[in-house]
Amino acid sequence: MWEAIKTALESNGLITGFVIVGITMYVAYLISNKLTKGLIHGSAIAIVLGLVLAYFGGVYSGGTKGLADISLFAGIGFLGGSMFRDFAIVATSFGANFDEIKKAGIRGVSSLFIGVALSFVVGAIFALIFGYTDAVSIATIGAGTVTYIVGPVTGAALNASSEVIAISIAAGLVKSVLVMVGTPFIAKFIGLNNPLSAMVYGGLMGTTSGVTGGLAATDVRLVPYGAVTATFYTGLGCLLCPTLLFILTDMIW
Amino acid sequence: MVIYGVAILAGCYLFGMFCGELIGALMGIDSNVGGVGIAMLLLILVVDKLQKNGKISKPAESGLAFWNAMYIPIVIAMASSQNVLGALTGGPLAIIAGIAVVLISWLCVPLLSGKNAKESAIEFNKNHPAGEVN
Repeated sequence: MWEAIKTALESNGLITGFVIVGITMYVAYLISNKLTKGLIHGSAIAIVLGLVLAYFGGVYSGGTKGLADISLFAGIGFLGGSMFRDFAIVATSFGANFDEIKKAGIRGVSSLFIGVALSFVVGAIFALIFGYTDAVSIATIGAGTVTYIVGPVTGAALNASSEVIAISIAAGLVKSVLVMVGTPFIAKFIGLNNPLSAMVYGGLMGTTSGVTGGLAATDVRLVPYGAVTATFYTGLGCLLCPTLLFILTDMIW
Repeated sequence: MVIYGVAILAGCYLFGMFCGELIGALMGIDSNVGGVGIAMLLLILVVDKLQKNGKISKPAESGLAFWNAMYIPIVIAMASSQNVLGALTGGPLAIIAGIAVVLISWLCVPLLSGKNAKESAIEFNKNHPAGEVN
């Protein structure tokens, strides 16, 4: 009986991955709605749950691939592997309209570049403070403070260690959750009540889940304006962090 | 057909990966550099062109929308297969850097949006399609 279940799950790894992620998201949205009354976005809780599962996977197996090191759950490693991950990231740019970003004008575009560069520099400085001295690790952690997508993409491109990639994801996750929860409270102090500042906000913060979740809790009319710049942010980060920003980092260290 | 949307996405993805391989080779790094970003920008331009010319059908768009919506689940799968145990030795770094970057970025919002933001020429549009919220 147990053997039959085990074989069914192991020989259909990717499909098992769909079920595990589906259950994780269901639980996460339940926690989001019931325990936080929607204050913390379900997707952020789901990612935290994923990281918790990866922690226990690591403790149980002693490996470096979290839950995916347990043979029963190996398929989740394929689903979360670079091919599907990058494919889905590219798909997120569907819905961004080139004309919308033109409307944001120079301020929207410059906020994108400033946002990516500023986040990268802040992350890089803290990586240095915490004792990382190689350019690859510094750039990967800097990219992680850009978003939790740019971190692993940059880390994979530069062959960073799995630990450094995990730190970069965690830093991006902290950013995403804080933006999501903090935006409604900070909005009136930073003039976040009109489309232009929402576009600047999306460009500076970048984390799509954080910005759209945070703006929805502030004023739902601001969401598309923040989202349209935020959607470009990860693409710009993926473009700049492993290339120009890494080269600059490498020149300094 | 749904597959047309998926094929457009896959085509842009592969072209981006191809460019990323070239950039990586030019930089002397044995991996893909910037491929995802190039693919994203290409997809935006291609879909925008097709939508303006009315050459993309609803089913084709749903092929794109499906993978758009799969982004968070895949990120969760990715999170589940990371070396979190190893990361916890550097835990404070992730938390402190994450908090610092948000605080500093918040301070920059008024500087960039300017004093005239309230008289923004861009009007609120209640009918704007917000799309799938990630």
